[in-house]
Amino acid sequence: MERHEYDVVVIGAGGAGLRAAIEARQQGKRTAIVCKSLFGKAHTVMAEGGAAAAMGNVNPDDNWMVHFRDTMRGGKFLNNWRMAELHAKEAPDRVWELEAWGALFDRTKDGKISQRNFGGHEYPRLAHVGDRTGLELIRTLQQRVVALQQEDEKLHGDPEAYIKVFAECTVTRLLKDGDAISGAFAYWRETGEFIVFDAPAVVLATGGIGKSFVVTSNSWEYTGDGHALALLAGAKLINMEFIQFHPTGMVWPPSVRGILVTESVRGDGGVLRNSEGRRFMFDYIPDVFKDKYATTEEEGDRWYNDQANNRRPPELLPRDEVARAINAEVKAGRGSPQGGVFLDVSSRLPAAEIIRRLPSMHHQFKELADVDITKEPMQVGPTCHYIMGGVEVDADTGSSSVPGLFAAGEVSGGMHGSNRLGGNSLSDLLVFGRRAGAGAAAYVDGLAKRPAVTGLEEARAEALAPLERTGGENPYEVHHELQRTMNDLVGIIRKAEEVSEALQVIEKLKERAKNTASAGSRIYNPGWHLAIDLRNMLLVSECVARAALLREESRGGHTRDDHPGMSPEWRRRLLVCAAQADGSAVTVEEQVQPGMRADLISLFERSELEKYLTEDELADYDAAVKES
Amino acid sequence: MGYKAKFRVWRGEGGEGRLEDFTVEVNEGEVVLDVIHRLQATQAPDLAVRWNCKAGKCGSCSMEINGRPRLGCMTRMSTFEESETITVTPMRTFPVIKDLVTDVSFNYKKAREIPSFTPPSDVKPGEYRMQQIDVERSQEFRKCIECFMCQNVCHVIRDHEENKQSFAGPRFLMRIAELDMHPYDVADRKESAQEEHGLGYCNITKCCTEVCPEHIKITDNALIPMKERVVDRKYDPLVWLGSKIFKRSS
Repeated sequence: MERHEYDVVVIGAGGAGLRAAIEARQQGKRTAIVCKSLFGKAHTVMAEGGAAAAMGNVNPDDNWMVHFRDTMRGGKFLNNWRMAELHAKEAPDRVWELEAWGALFDRTKDGKISQRNFGGHEYPRLAHVGDRTGLELIRTLQQRVVALQQEDEKLHGDPEAYIKVFAECTVTRLLKDGDAISGAFAYWRETGEFIVFDAPAVVLATGGIGKSFVVTSNSWEYTGDGHALALLAGAKLINMEFIQFHPTGMVWPPSVRGILVTESVRGDGGVLRNSEGRRFMFDYIPDVFKDKYATTEEEGDRWYNDQANNRRPPELLPRDEVARAINAEVKAGRGSPQGGVFLDVSSRLPAAEIIRRLPSMHHQFKELADVDITKEPMQVGPTCHYIMGGVEVDADTGSSSVPGLFAAGEVSGGMHGSNRLGGNSLSDLLVFGRRAGAGAAAYVDGLAKRPAVTGLEEARAEALAPLERTGGENPYEVHHELQRTMNDLVGIIRKAEEVSEALQVIEKLKERAKNTASAGSRIYNPGWHLAIDLRNMLLVSECVARAALLREESRGGHTRDDHPGMSPEWRRRLLVCAAQADGSAVTVEEQVQPGMRADLISLFERSELEKYLTEDELADYDAAVKES
Repeated sequence: MGYKAKFRVWRGEGGEGRLEDFTVEVNEGEVVLDVIHRLQATQAPDLAVRWNCKAGKCGSCSMEINGRPRLGCMTRMSTFEESETITVTPMRTFPVIKDLVTDVSFNYKKAREIPSFTPPSDVKPGEYRMQQIDVERSQEFRKCIECFMCQNVCHVIRDHEENKQSFAGPRFLMRIAELDMHPYDVADRKESAQEEHGLGYCNITKCCTEVCPEHIKITDNALIPMKERVVDRKYDPLVWLGSKIFKRSS
């Protein structure tokens, strides 16, 4: 078998993975980037709106404390507050650093990086490039990796001496030496041959799990690989019940159902209407946000030009609120012909301005739906977009509970609490990608000796099994049934009996997945690849469903029809998933979330905290305020 | 609404292959990639195709549809007659790995040959000041999703394997133009564009511009201005130096 020795292996080449790898390499570590797709194709390219960073370029009143508050509010105070703090403080430096690596963001009149409005952000905060910010981020990081390789070529005569990309290469198992990570086992998609990485540190940066749902904005890669690899290696997942359904996915034609319509459409003036022509979001402003949002269309419209004296329109509420509102309108029979609602920017901005600000959206609707968004409204509806849950990590280093295993970006959990704000994902990737890369480098420095890889034979047998069976299940059918099940029974609105039913279906699908057979050779065989991915999707889906069944409240990306209220008692409780190394016996346990540091909690008004905290916590808050 | 379409898809690996005929269901609003996926799920589970976002943003599903380089995800079935046989083949300029998947490593090799962004050493992160109008030219080129269809269609390499060594191709000549037009890039890229990356091979037939799914005007906005800059430079290096200093100070 092909074998390589590295200090740090980064799995995933999206924003978090590349930023982690760059950091590890800059700290002198021999670094491998292993990714399922070609270099530069990661799901990060799909991010449209921008990267949230309180640079204060457009509104000088913005700063990290305001950003921190917005993030905690968006997450309904379930966030890991240390992560939210680091994120808010470090995001500006991470964005500026990209500029020094060649990124070209849109500019303000005085030549600084322009910043746009977005749901849940008090001030214009998102650094952006039209509506293709994710592409700019990936390309900049990709080109930074190339720049480092050019440096290494000059210094060592080999561009890949210190950082190498293993593209179209899928990791199926993490390898361990006792309790600690010792490497990773993978196959080349191109040849089907196996490859082993000997490495004391692994950074998971594999993104999300959306491919377990039918209607999703996620690409094929989002099969929950990192979530599953972590579980199987003994790490823990938190907050798995919280899944963000982006309010505006395309609903027509069916083949593009779920593809994202950027929130920038609303940030730049687009409004949501039902079949009666009503701007229905004014009917859905929850109590906790009552004083922050406009109550009349006139005030909402004035806000775009005068934010100091008006409140923002409710189209810009956090994503979970908007998604639920759209869901309710459609259910009440006030939806659009194809089962969504109308998102209209055509009556709000001149055509040329729409094309300048939203070029990708204009292009996407024209090419895929034959709709000219400068002339008519779009039809949109909720789509599975992002998982807030993921590997439980130490905020400062990205380290999981397994020595040598790190995680950053969507595959990690905690930062976004129960609901992520738009724009906080790209900044999350940069801030915690860098921290995980540094954390892994420091961990390697502290090791007395390199661990040894074990378990190669088992990993090999597991990966080959679908090819060696004949006459088994069709993996495409098992996948399709899982997607339907999760969409229908563990989707945007949940009920105990439906989630229980989903768990029973998942149990049956797990048995069927163990019996899948993939025809054909080992060379670039998508049927085989899917059969292997099914293990991960099923394991992660089980975690989502089990946690969703336990959490008897509604908060952020978890809405229980049978428990509609938000409970201060539940706010302090995190649900933690674990599993056996063979993927069996998934358990979910409660864990108490540590209270916020005094200086951070003092950033909030008591009247706001009363909506979220228990009496005991409020007493602690009073004491903290008194002390400061 | 649905109908049965006739597809001819190139199948093969290891340097051998043939066109295989399929009859496959097509539903309203579908694109070619949907139909390829249906073939995988129902008739040819090991049919190899690259794809990621299915929204025209990642540039993975480049293929040749009826002989024209296209993104499978952005080619609507409604653009064909229902009776038409649709032929899908891999990109011709790159070696086939299997079915519709080609070895595009040539492009990554070329990417590494272009010297990276080179800012002045005295500007710190956070201090960059640029006007929108000055970044827009390079921003157009940064819309590139690296589908490599311009590389695939460029006749300098499509029909001339021997040119691959000394020609970066439209994608990476455009990258040079992008950096050359970046307000803060201080590297001298004109001579190397001509001498090392083969700008002179381009005879502006605009095939690259025509296939670009992002509608980047590769020839008019990147390659021709770059050629002009090379010529200017050859006649008067002082003009180049002056323009660089002027740009920096503005």
